[in-house]
Amino acid sequence: MMDQAFQFWGIACTLLGLVLLAIFIGSIIVDGIQRIDWDFISNLPSRKADRAGIYTALMGSVWVLVLTTIIALPIGIAAAIYLEEYSKKDKFASILEVNISNLAGVPSIIYGLLGLEIFVRILQMGSSVLAGSFTLALLILPIVIVSTREALKAVPQSLRDASFALGASKWQTVSQQLLPASFGGILTGIILALSRAVGETAPLIVIGALAYVPFAPTNPMDDFSVLPIQIFNWISRPQHGFEVNAAAAIIILLLITFIMNGIAVYFRNKWQKKFK
Amino acid sequence: MRRIKELVIEKTLFSSALVTILVTLGIILVLSVEAINFFREVSIVDFFTDTQWTPLFTEKHFGILPLLSGTLLTSFIAILFAVPVGLSISIYISEYAPRSFRKTIKPALELLAAVPSVVYGFFALTVVTPFLQNFIPGLSGFNSLSAGLVMGIMIIPFISSLSEDALHAVPNSLREAAYGMGSTRLQNAFRVMVPAASSGIIVSIILAISRAIGETMIVAIAAGQQPRLTLDPTVPVETITAYIVQVSLGDVQHGSLEYRTIFAAGITLFAFTFILNTVSYRIRKKFREKYE
Repeated sequence: MMDQAFQFWGIACTLLGLVLLAIFIGSIIVDGIQRIDWDFISNLPSRKADRAGIYTALMGSVWVLVLTTIIALPIGIAAAIYLEEYSKKDKFASILEVNISNLAGVPSIIYGLLGLEIFVRILQMGSSVLAGSFTLALLILPIVIVSTREALKAVPQSLRDASFALGASKWQTVSQQLLPASFGGILTGIILALSRAVGETAPLIVIGALAYVPFAPTNPMDDFSVLPIQIFNWISRPQHGFEVNAAAAIIILLLITFIMNGIAVYFRNKWQKKFK
Repeated sequence: MRRIKELVIEKTLFSSALVTILVTLGIILVLSVEAINFFREVSIVDFFTDTQWTPLFTEKHFGILPLLSGTLLTSFIAILFAVPVGLSISIYISEYAPRSFRKTIKPALELLAAVPSVVYGFFALTVVTPFLQNFIPGLSGFNSLSAGLVMGIMIIPFISSLSEDALHAVPNSLREAAYGMGSTRLQNAFRVMVPAASSGIIVSIILAISRAIGETMIVAIAAGQQPRLTLDPTVPVETITAYIVQVSLGDVQHGSLEYRTIFAAGITLFAFTFILNTVSYRIRKKFREKYE
């Protein structure tokens, strides 16, 4: 009896979150879908809700995403290779480990404060695309490191042994055997990290990214806005027209996030099959 | 030649790993320096005991308590909602559901965590608050109740996923023994599995609390911007994170006292999450040793 009851309760709880998500996405689509057309995507921001578009914010997001990838990828993968393949299990290694797990739990807005002081002020980047990208790169660094380590861990030890037995050096083993073998896993982690970065709002507000930017950035030192900040700005306005705009922009943002997650899951499944 | 190349590569990789240490040092240094500058002008006793936070008004008060109470109130509501639901999900998936269901439902639940928080904020403000106003007539347009509830939805997958991993890691022999003794699935779940996985479950809850405390956009959008020392979930409050956003949106001069308040608020937030994360890391370490 009780057993049955809990089973129903369990199913109800499991579905609760998903049903709420469905209601939510449904209500946003109802609100925003009629606003989405080519003009909405290609128009510059405007004071008039029905003429405002997301072009500059969308381009800002693309710029930030590309630069963040360029900055975070090499550092993150290199750090993961060091921790997984090179480091000895000594005191220092365990400090690195605790530290990374702690960084992963630091609230994103704290990274914003770090970026504001280091990149915007001390390194004189101003509230530029570059400063925003550095800030987000540091934010996703722990995610990239952790997922790359998982991917390297999943490569069978026999591959390393075989490579060493053939006389390959450590780096030859890493670069020619381990990295290609773990490529799918690394890619999955990176795409998930970037999908997190594309939705980040708070740290970019703190470093001074603007809600209103008249033109799309043309170089890394330009001012910028990103899609989530544009959404936040529209939500804060009282007129109903902007609420519709916010819903429409959310549809675009969710589409980007879900597509990235879908690609990541696809690579993960494909890659997991390889080792079975 | 090859030796040198290998050594250079190893050092390069090592310095990349060092970057993570620099980030932590950077955070601590930046927050401390600005916070020390702040405490040169504001007494630390006032900071922790004054019940008003009005740095942007002409009559300035610098008591962190209202921001802290806003942060803890919204987080408490989120946890109160997410823990029972998340735990039930994890128990159901690990002890009741067929294996194939587990494989489809876990990625689906993780979608909840993939939705950007600014989107959840919009949901709280435009859907949940108006809905709750049907039942709670006095509910203000900005309130900690709907912000907290929606934050709860966001952190459900953290709790369910990590707790499920912990339940999954319990050796099957324990499960078999429980069923062998004639226990029902419910008895097995609550008297054997949950106690056996308790450290993993506690870790998931601590991480969820830390996540809730640091969450920014949901509370900035839906909970309001009025720092107030209250436990009433129906009125507008302001959290530490929402205050930092509020100041960042305005035109605050670098080096002014107002500018420094966001670092003083930030270091308070950092201290909280740092303690929670460290505690959870310790427990996780211990737990891993138990079954390996």
